[in-house]
Amino acid sequence: MDVMPKWAEVILVPLISLLLAAALSALVILAIGEDPVAAVKMMVTGALGSTYGWGYTLYYATNFMFTGLAVAIAFHARLFNIGGEGQAMLGGLGVALACLYIPWPHWSLALIGAAVMAGLFGAVWAAIPAWLQAKRGSHIVITTIMFNFIAAALLNYVLVNLLRPRGQMDPATARFPEATNLPTLHELLAPLGIEFSKSAPANVSFLVAVAACFVLWVLIWRTRLGYEIRAYGHSESAAKYAGISPVRITMIAMIISGALAGMMAINNVMGEAERLVLNSTEGAGFIGIAVALMGRSHPLGVFFSAILFGFLYQGGAELALWTSIPRELIVVIQALVILFTGALDNMVRMPLERFFLMVRTPPKPERKPVEPAE
Amino acid sequence: MTANDSRGQPETAAPAIELKGISKAFGPVQANKDISIRVMPGTIHGIIGENGAGKSTLMSILYGFYKADAGEIFIAGRKANITDSQAAIAAGIGMVFQHFKLVENFTVLENIILGAEDGWKLRPSLNKARKSLVELAKDYGLNVEPDALVQDIGVGMQQRVEILKALYRQADILILDEPTGVLTPAEADQLFRILGRLRSEGKTIILITHKLREIMEITDTVSVMRRGEMTATVQTAETSPAELAELMVGRKVLLRVDKTPATPGEVVLDVKNLKVVDDKGVERLRGINLNVRAGEVLGIAGVAGNGQSELLEVLGGYQDGTGEVRVNGQLIDLTGKKSDGQSRRARGIAHVPEDRQREGLIMEYQAWENTAFGYHRDPAYKSGILMDNAAIRADTAEKMERFDVRPPNPRLEAKNFSGGNQQKLVLAREIERNPDLLLIGQPTRGVDIGAIEFIHQQIVALRDQGKAILLVSVELEEILALSDRIAVMFDGKIMGERLPDQTDEKELGLLMAGITDTDRDHSVEEVEANLAHAGGDTSKEV
Repeated sequence: MDVMPKWAEVILVPLISLLLAAALSALVILAIGEDPVAAVKMMVTGALGSTYGWGYTLYYATNFMFTGLAVAIAFHARLFNIGGEGQAMLGGLGVALACLYIPWPHWSLALIGAAVMAGLFGAVWAAIPAWLQAKRGSHIVITTIMFNFIAAALLNYVLVNLLRPRGQMDPATARFPEATNLPTLHELLAPLGIEFSKSAPANVSFLVAVAACFVLWVLIWRTRLGYEIRAYGHSESAAKYAGISPVRITMIAMIISGALAGMMAINNVMGEAERLVLNSTEGAGFIGIAVALMGRSHPLGVFFSAILFGFLYQGGAELALWTSIPRELIVVIQALVILFTGALDNMVRMPLERFFLMVRTPPKPERKPVEPAE
Repeated sequence: MTANDSRGQPETAAPAIELKGISKAFGPVQANKDISIRVMPGTIHGIIGENGAGKSTLMSILYGFYKADAGEIFIAGRKANITDSQAAIAAGIGMVFQHFKLVENFTVLENIILGAEDGWKLRPSLNKARKSLVELAKDYGLNVEPDALVQDIGVGMQQRVEILKALYRQADILILDEPTGVLTPAEADQLFRILGRLRSEGKTIILITHKLREIMEITDTVSVMRRGEMTATVQTAETSPAELAELMVGRKVLLRVDKTPATPGEVVLDVKNLKVVDDKGVERLRGINLNVRAGEVLGIAGVAGNGQSELLEVLGGYQDGTGEVRVNGQLIDLTGKKSDGQSRRARGIAHVPEDRQREGLIMEYQAWENTAFGYHRDPAYKSGILMDNAAIRADTAEKMERFDVRPPNPRLEAKNFSGGNQQKLVLAREIERNPDLLLIGQPTRGVDIGAIEFIHQQIVALRDQGKAILLVSVELEEILALSDRIAVMFDGKIMGERLPDQTDEKELGLLMAGITDTDRDHSVEEVEANLAHAGGDTSKEV
């Protein structure tokens, strides 16, 4: 018997975790002598109070959706892909090559081409640790995190020595040609008569990310592949019995995961920077882990938690800009959210389960449900 | 403080253990309801009941794992407050679990003092334990080799170490949870002799089991549990297996399988010189030869861990092997890409695996998802590139009805079904595919008596439809009841084949211990030595 109703599991647990994180953050802000209420107001108006703020929030959310989905699909196969950061970096390289060396006639074709390249590069980068895990038993957590460093070093080399235009001091590629520049939400919404901020970086990639959420949902819950991935994630021994190959599932799940992480680059590299710079990912690969945890590896959950983290990012930036709350403290607040929603999940879940048990059987004061011993 | 049951009249001696009105609920599930027992010192008290009847919960309360919601425990007439296992040990209660809690690469002696060391120096504790081990061996006939590594001794020996552990901690009350599950009949007899000796030395023993035969053989009194309640406590001498079964299930049950003689047809499965080497390089199957004909059940008897699992795995397609295996005359691949569960199913082989929770089902999947498991690439379950979930659910609802799976809700997760109903789900999935050959391992492990009856009937019905059935079970009674031929496995080999009406448990028991000259009399020590030599249990060898 499930202890909690579904809605409590999906909505109440993350919500309470979030409130706890917010309360603790408020204490921290109080402790450095600032006003938490004013800070919250500033975050909300900064991130959601204008189309400019929304433009940034959605831009960040797009990044997090891709990396969150990447972590989520791997989770379903019980693989912990910490390498989203490196895969997104490689995706950036794929985007840069596609945009710089192929003369695209229109942005839509460029977007498709760049997305394919980004996915391909990310997928290859994830496929190596996947192969090492499937065939050689090297733990994927270790290898993917190592591959983040290798990716950073590789990108450094490629940018400094190969792709940097002659005479430029900056370790970055040249600007991408005009034809590859993606339309921003401002341009997309103007024909509909909606006035959207011109200077915000949110662009058409946001729609691609939303589509990716939907496609992944179909993949996980409606296809045989998704069925096999989830089966393998729940029980490897049962998967073997059913004739589901662990090697195959490990490879496929990680390739999809890497491709999604890589595809983030169409947002930050192609959509925003319009050239490839060093450290273009800005930690979005790691935020993806928190996003997937909070979203319970469900594409819809990932969608919402990505927007939440987008809000935290943009609101935090505003806070750092307009108050004396230092930038580091913003990181602390984000970390608290990650801590409460991801790592300390059981802290909220257990008392809630107890509460629901009590509601269901009113006369009995209950302890938490334990499986009867063997 | 609701001691509802107050037959407070003092007897000649206080009961060794008395439970009064114990209740325990897990959420909406009442695992124990107002349970009272009294066990007199120097007796063996059986507790029998189906899976999920609340036996283990009750013992967990007695051993301090759970706290009862209501009720009291008295040890030797004094009220005891057992808050954890330390308190239980201090009160003189020792527990021998179904799954031993031994450190495999420690010696027997080291295992015995583990958690009962005096001080930080190991040597004095070991010396003290060695001395008392000699005494215990003398008093109770519990002979063990103190310096042997636990991984090197047989399962029966390991169980003896568990008993010694409890006695070393001065236990007066021993609780044994399903102690014979992993033993050969000979080892079980030996265990019962030890228990008898312990009883005559004044120890009190509580034996938890679901086997009626054991209750009848060894206990003085027996309590029957059903759905969390104690339905009866009777003197063993005054009851019968049929009565106990009825008390357990709540209705009359058929204890034997009704079947007509088999009419075997063509050979469906033909196995020649089948070998399996595991990842550690140990040869698990050493040249198996057998065949199964259409319309017959071949039963494979043997102590767990003698290669039966590997036999099912290699035939089921998820273990590599060498040799020749033909199904309906056609050779099947034993390694490589064409050797997996999917291709076996395509060849008409269905497989009910030994462990439904680890292999047969995904516990987090709903019943309908489990019904597609292994057959999820069936075109009937497909619509376009997607799975046709509605079709699978409809199919599942039908199968659940035909196999009487309760509750008949395709959307319930597998983990929420009882053991028997989980097994019926697996059986429904495999049998309804109309296979030529059914591999079936431990069909009734952890399944309640009512469901056992149903499952046995299904197996016999499938045989009567002319299907070939390879049955693996560690329950000799089950093998004898269902099989048309019996092959006994020991140490990766077939020791011999017998016909069920021309053999008995004793002969099969010797074969299971690797002794082929079954006419001679054999001492228990000889059997044990043989078993220990073969490793006895799974994956002990390196």
